[in-house]
Amino acid sequence: MAVCIAVIAKENYPLYIRSIPAEQELKFHYTVHTSLDVVDEKVSAMGKALVDQRELYLGLLYPTEDYKVSLLSRLGIPCVKSMFPNQLHRYGYVTNSKVKFVMVVDSSNTALRDNEIRSMFRKLHNSYTDVMCNPFYNPGDRIHSRAFDNMVTSMMVQVC
Amino acid sequence: MADEALFLLLHNEMVTGVYKSADQGEVENGRCITKLENMGFRVGQGLIERFTKDTARFKDELDIMKFICKDFWTTIFKKQIDNLRTNHQGIYVLQDNKFRLLTQMSAGKQYLDHAPKYLAFTCGLIRGGLSNLGIKSIVTAEVSAMPACKFQVMIQKI
Repeated sequence: MAVCIAVIAKENYPLYIRSIPAEQELKFHYTVHTSLDVVDEKVSAMGKALVDQRELYLGLLYPTEDYKVSLLSRLGIPCVKSMFPNQLHRYGYVTNSKVKFVMVVDSSNTALRDNEIRSMFRKLHNSYTDVMCNPFYNPGDRIHSRAFDNMVTSMMVQVC
Repeated sequence: MADEALFLLLHNEMVTGVYKSADQGEVENGRCITKLENMGFRVGQGLIERFTKDTARFKDELDIMKFICKDFWTTIFKKQIDNLRTNHQGIYVLQDNKFRLLTQMSAGKQYLDHAPKYLAFTCGLIRGGLSNLGIKSIVTAEVSAMPACKFQVMIQKI
């Protein structure tokens, strides 16, 4: 159900960003950009608040009007369910190498459970690791790998 | 790592190969060490990505260094670093008393002057791993008596 998937490098520029439908691409670029602030906030807050819960998955970011970007951290902070139909949820995930994955998900059809989002992020992380180990890929470049593209397409198509 | 002999032999050939190609081209000895170190750097980046895929987020620098000493070293060399020292101001010394890549060479002072060539790749490995975790550093190695060696990591604060 992903409508937009973005991979952002540790210097906060996008390595890979793709969204469907294509005409709303700019809007998604903006939402991903704004969600980076929330990601940073969560990461620095987690360091101070809870040292034990060192999860890579950040969860739902914050609620806005038409998109729901919520960061549900594993600490059990309740997330606010918006009443607006056709809401888009944004989920974040930060790897140990400070690479961030942001996913915007359309939850109008079915409510995606936390576990499904986690498994999607896991697949994304695995594919990203494969890209990293590719000798033809220089870390810091945009990702052009076809295998990565196919994996992202499979995640986006299955949802719609 | 499937079989350590594979990596050992490949590494030895790599060092010989780089030096042979340098004999024909450039004369600079230092460039070979840099080449090997850069190779290690890129490999270290990829390896760290794979190894930290499922581990929890790191608390601080010391946590990262401990990870390098334990898990990283174990996965690559099948043993841990024997001693980690720090001055808490960004300098860490990792001591390995029986460094896998050197055990086959000698058990004392013989071939001591050739040892740095074989340590360059591992220095790059450490540097690449740290850089991918967000730490800029300079890694040097010294050998006083084979097969024990010390890797000195200097963290650069930006």
